[in-house]
Amino acid sequence: MIALDPGADLFPLIAAVLAAGSCALLGNYLVLRRLSLMGDAISHSVLPGLVAAFLVTGSRASMPMLFGAAAAGLLTVVLVGAVRRLTRVEPGAAMGVVFTILFALGVLMLAYVPHEIDLDTDCLLHGQLEALYWHDAPASWGEALSPAAIAAAPRQVVTLLVTAVAVGVLVGAFYKELRIAAFDPSHATALGVPAGLLHALLMIAVAATTVACFEAVGSILVIAMLIVPAATARLMTDRLGSQIAVSLLVGIAAAITGYLASFQLPGVFDAQPVNAAGSITVVLGISLTLTLVAGPKHSVIARMRRRRSIAKTITSDDLLGLLYRAEEAGEPGVRFADLRAIPRLTAAVVPADRAGLVTHKDDRVSLTEHGRRQAASLIRRHRLWEHYLVEHVGLAPDHVHDQAEKLEHIHARPDGDTPQDPHGRRIPPAPRGNH
Amino acid sequence: MRDLTLRGGFNTSTVLLGTSLLGLAAGLVGAVAMLRRRSLTADAIGHATLPGLAGAFLIASAVGLDQRSLPVLLAGAAVAALASVAVIQWLARQPRTHEDAAIGIVLSVFFGVGVVLLSLVQNKAPKGSAGLKDFLFGQAATMLPGDVYTIGAIAGVCALGVLLFRREMAVVCFDRGFAHAGGWPVALMDAVIMVLIVLVTVAGLRNVGVVMVVALLVIPPVTARLWTERYHRMLMLSAALGACSGYIGSAISAAFEHAPTGAVIILTSGVLFLVSLTAAPKRGVLASAARSVFLRLRIAGDHVLEAAHDAGTSRLDRHGLMQIAADRRWNALFRNAVILSLQRRGLLKARTPEGWQLTPGGTGRGARVARTHELWAEYLVRRADIAGTHVGWSVDQVEHVLDAETIQRLETELGGHVHARAQA
Amino acid sequence: MIQGRRTKRPVGDLADRPEHSPQSPLSIHAMTVAYNRRPVLWDVDYDAPAGSLIAVVGPNGAGKSTLIKGCLGLVPLAAGAVEFWGQPLRDERARVGYVPQRETVDWDFPVSALDVVCMGRYGKIGWCRPIGRQHRKAARDCLDRVGLGEYADRQIGQLSGGQQQRVFLARALAQEADLYLMDEPFAGVDAATERAIVDVLREMRATGRTVVVVHHDLQTVPVYFDHAVLLNMRVVAAGPVSEVFTTTNLQQTYGGRLTLLSEAADALARADGAAL
Repeated sequence: MIALDPGADLFPLIAAVLAAGSCALLGNYLVLRRLSLMGDAISHSVLPGLVAAFLVTGSRASMPMLFGAAAAGLLTVVLVGAVRRLTRVEPGAAMGVVFTILFALGVLMLAYVPHEIDLDTDCLLHGQLEALYWHDAPASWGEALSPAAIAAAPRQVVTLLVTAVAVGVLVGAFYKELRIAAFDPSHATALGVPAGLLHALLMIAVAATTVACFEAVGSILVIAMLIVPAATARLMTDRLGSQIAVSLLVGIAAAITGYLASFQLPGVFDAQPVNAAGSITVVLGISLTLTLVAGPKHSVIARMRRRRSIAKTITSDDLLGLLYRAEEAGEPGVRFADLRAIPRLTAAVVPADRAGLVTHKDDRVSLTEHGRRQAASLIRRHRLWEHYLVEHVGLAPDHVHDQAEKLEHIHARPDGDTPQDPHGRRIPPAPRGNH
Repeated sequence: MRDLTLRGGFNTSTVLLGTSLLGLAAGLVGAVAMLRRRSLTADAIGHATLPGLAGAFLIASAVGLDQRSLPVLLAGAAVAALASVAVIQWLARQPRTHEDAAIGIVLSVFFGVGVVLLSLVQNKAPKGSAGLKDFLFGQAATMLPGDVYTIGAIAGVCALGVLLFRREMAVVCFDRGFAHAGGWPVALMDAVIMVLIVLVTVAGLRNVGVVMVVALLVIPPVTARLWTERYHRMLMLSAALGACSGYIGSAISAAFEHAPTGAVIILTSGVLFLVSLTAAPKRGVLASAARSVFLRLRIAGDHVLEAAHDAGTSRLDRHGLMQIAADRRWNALFRNAVILSLQRRGLLKARTPEGWQLTPGGTGRGARVARTHELWAEYLVRRADIAGTHVGWSVDQVEHVLDAETIQRLETELGGHVHARAQA
Repeated sequence: MIQGRRTKRPVGDLADRPEHSPQSPLSIHAMTVAYNRRPVLWDVDYDAPAGSLIAVVGPNGAGKSTLIKGCLGLVPLAAGAVEFWGQPLRDERARVGYVPQRETVDWDFPVSALDVVCMGRYGKIGWCRPIGRQHRKAARDCLDRVGLGEYADRQIGQLSGGQQQRVFLARALAQEADLYLMDEPFAGVDAATERAIVDVLREMRATGRTVVVVHHDLQTVPVYFDHAVLLNMRVVAAGPVSEVFTTTNLQQTYGGRLTLLSEAADALARADGAAL
C-alpha cells in the first residue's frame, strides 16, 4: 500500500493534476495545428515578461506574472510572424531567432534583479512540486480534505486552479469555433469565424498556462505536458472530443503516477526521491512509447499485424489460384513435391486445410468444393483486372499478369464484364447473388 | 575597451577566443542546418544532451572513473544527442506524429529523463554535480584553456566538414528529389549535418548553455541570409557573424560585473540581426520601404508629366498641380516630394511665378509615358479583351514599369493602330 | 482617342462604372488581385446571373481559384470591389457558401464526416453555443443527400477522395446559402461523386440558388452549366455557355499565355523589389 502524507503530498498532487489537465487541453490544438514548437518557443520567451512583471510589482503575485507572460507570449507570436514575413526563412528558424533573443533578454534582466527579491531560477527551470508543503497539515486524510485545505492552499496551487478553470472555459465555450479554425481556416474565415483572433487567444492561453505551470513543473517540462498527452491521444482516437478526453486522462494519470513513482520507486532501492516533475515527464514518455509500439490502429504492432494478415491472405489466395489453374489444365491437384519449390505456399496448406479450402490425399493437394468457389471468384477478379488493364489502361497483354496479381487481392472489381481474359482464357462467371 | 583587444588578462582572452571559435563553428553549421530546414532540431539536441551528461556522470562513478572528466561527460552528451536525432526521425515517420511534435516530444521527454538522472546525481554527490542552471545558461566566464582547445578542435572539424561537402550539402538542401535521382549521397549528407550539429551543441553546452548554442546556430544564418543571395557567401558571412557575436558579446559581458556572458552574446547577435533587418540592401526593411517610396514618387512624377503632355503644354501651373493632387489624393508633403524628385531627376525646372517649366527631358518622358499608356490600354482592349472602360488600375500602374524592350514590342504589334486612332 | 484615355482617375472610384444590377448575387467590379504586387488577375468585371450554374474555366495558373478567393476576401484586392446582392460581403456572409479545394485541409484531422458537415451550420448556431439536435439532424440530411449517410461517423481521412469531396458538398448544403462559390469540386473524383455533385448542383439551381464552380473539364461544361466565364489572367469571355463556348474564345483562353500580360506582371513585381 502506498503511504501518502497529507502535508507532503496533497498540494503537489493537486498542482500536478491541474497543470497536466490545462496543458493537455491546449496541447491538442498545438499538435493539430502543427504548432508544437510554438509551445517550446513561448515557454522560453515568457521569461522577460515574467521578470518585467516581477520588477514592476516587486512581488511574485500571480496576476501580474500571468499578464506579463501573456504579453510576452503574444509578442512572440507577433514577432515570429514578422520575422518570417520580413526574412522569408523557414518557420523553425524564425521561432529560433525570436525565442532565443527574448530568453537572453530575460536572463540579462534576471541578472539585475535585486538579490533581496527571491526569484528562484532553478525552480523556474525544473520545477519544485515537492516545495508545495503544507506545514501544519492534519495527520489524517479525512481531516486534510476539509475547508481548511482551501485556506491553506499555496499561491501556486491557486494560480494553477484559476488557469485550469480559464482554459477549461475557453476550450469548452469555443469548442466548435476552435475546431473549425484549426481544421479549415479559410472556410472559417468565409463563414465569418475570426481564425486569426482565435489563434491569438490560444497562444495567450498557452503563455499564461506555461507560466502558471513553471513553479510546479518547470519551463522545459511544461512542453512535455503540452505536447505528449495530445500526441498520445492522437494515436488512439479519431474524434477531437475523444482525443481531448483521452489526452486529459493520459496527462492526469501520468501526473499522479509520475508523482508517486518519484519517491515510491527509489524507495524500493533505498534511494532518495527523484525530481517529481522529471518523473512525470518520464511517465508521459513511456505512455507515448507504449502507444506508439502497442496501441490500437496506428502503432507499430498493429501495423505489423495488419501486414501479416494481408500477407497470409495473399499466400492463401496464391495457393488457391495455383490449384484452380491446375484443375483448369486437367490435373486433379498439385503434388507436394511440385509445391515444395515454393516454400511459402507449402506453409499455407495447413491453414487452408483447416479452413476447409483444400484437402490432401496421398501426395496431392486439391481444392474442396468450398475452396473451388473461392478460387473461382479469385481467378475471376484476376482475369477481369487483366482485361481491364489491357482494354482500358492500354498495357501490353504480356505485361499485365504481375499487375493483376497485386490487384486481385483487393476486393474491388473493375467495371465491365467479359467472358475471356486477354490471354483467351475463360473468366469464371460471377457467383449468383454476389459480385 | 581593454577587453575588446584581448588584453583583458588571460581569463578574458580565453573566454573571448573560446566564444569566437564557438560562434564561428555554430554560424557555419547553422547555415547548413537552416538551409536543410533543421534549425530547431538543434534545440531538441541541446536539451537531449542532459540525460547523457547525467547518465555519463552516474556510470562513471559506478565504474570508478573520474565522474567529472570532460571526455566522459562529452561522450555521454554526444551519445544522448545522437539518440535524440534517431528518435526524432523515427517519430516523424510514424503516422499522425508530425516533425514539429516529434522535436517537441524528444526535447521535453529527454530533458525530463535528464532531470530525474540529475536528481540522482545530486543525491549521490551533492557537491560534485554541475547545476542545471549552468547547463541552460552556461558558465562562459569559467572557460579554461583546455575548453578552448576542445572548442578549437571541434570548430576545425566543422569547418573542414562543411568545406569538404559544401557542394553536396547545397544540392541535398536545395532539391532532395533531384539529389536522390542524381545519385548524390543524400542520407550521408543528412547524417553529416546532424553530426556537425551534435558536435557544436556538445562543445557549446558546458560553456555557454543550451539556449545560447541554439541562438548561435539560428541567428547568424538568418542574419547572413539578409545580406547575400549566394550560398558560399552566406556560409562565410554566417560564420563571421557568429564569431563576431561571440567576441563582442563576451567582451561586453567582461566589462560589466553582473552581465551573464551567454545572454549578452545572444543579445549581441540579436542586435546584429536587427541592424541587418533594418539596413541590409535589398532585403532590409529600410531598403524595401525606400524602394516603395521611390517607386510611388516615380509613378506620381510620371502622372504629372503625362498630365502636362495631355494638356498639350510644357508648363505646369500651381492650379494644374493641385488638380492632379486632389484627383489622386496626394497630401501636401507627397505633392512637394513629387515636385522635388522631378527636379532632382532634371525633368522639371526651378519654380517661377507662373509655375514650373518642363525640361526637354521632362517633356519627352511625359510623351513616352502617355504613349505607353495608350499602347497598353490598346493591348488590353484588343488582345486581353478587357472592356475599355475598365482598364484603369493596370494602365495606371503598368505604364511606368514596362521596360524599353516590351514597349518596343507593343509598338511593333499595335503602334500603327494607336497612331491611326489618335489621328482620327 | 481610345477609350482607355478617359478612365484615368483614382482607383476604386465606382461612381462611373456601368450600373450593376442590385439583384445580381455576385457583382465583381474591376477586380485586380496581386500576390506580392504581381497581378494574377487583371480588371475582372462580372455580374453573375441569379439562379444559374456558372462554370469558371481556364488553363492552369489562369487565376480561377484566385477569383473565388478574391470575392470572399481570402486574398486582398489590389483594386476593385465585390458586392453580393449589392451589399459588401460583411452584410451578406450568411448567404454565401464556400467549398474550398480538397487539398487545403488536413484530412488526418480528428473529425467525423458529420462533424465536418455540422461546420456548415456554424453561421446559424452562433458563438459559444453547442450544436443542437436540429442542426445535427439537418447535417445528417445533407449527408444523406450526397449519398454518404452510412459514413456519418467515419473519420474523414478514412473516406476516399470522392467521398471527401462529397462531405465538403454536404457541408455547403448544410449552410443553406443562396450563392455558392466552389473551388474545383470535380477535381480527381470518381464517377459516382461526379453524378452526386451534378445532382446537387441542379437541385440548387431548381431552388433558385446561384452556384459558381471552378471547373477544369471543358467537355462537361455545356452539359452541366448554363453560364461560363473563360478566364486567363483576365476575363476572355463571359455569358451563356452556348454563346461563349466558341472556338475563337477557347483558343484565346487556352492558346498560350498573353506573354506581355505576364511580363507586365513581372515588371510590376520587380519594380517593388518583391521578386527577389
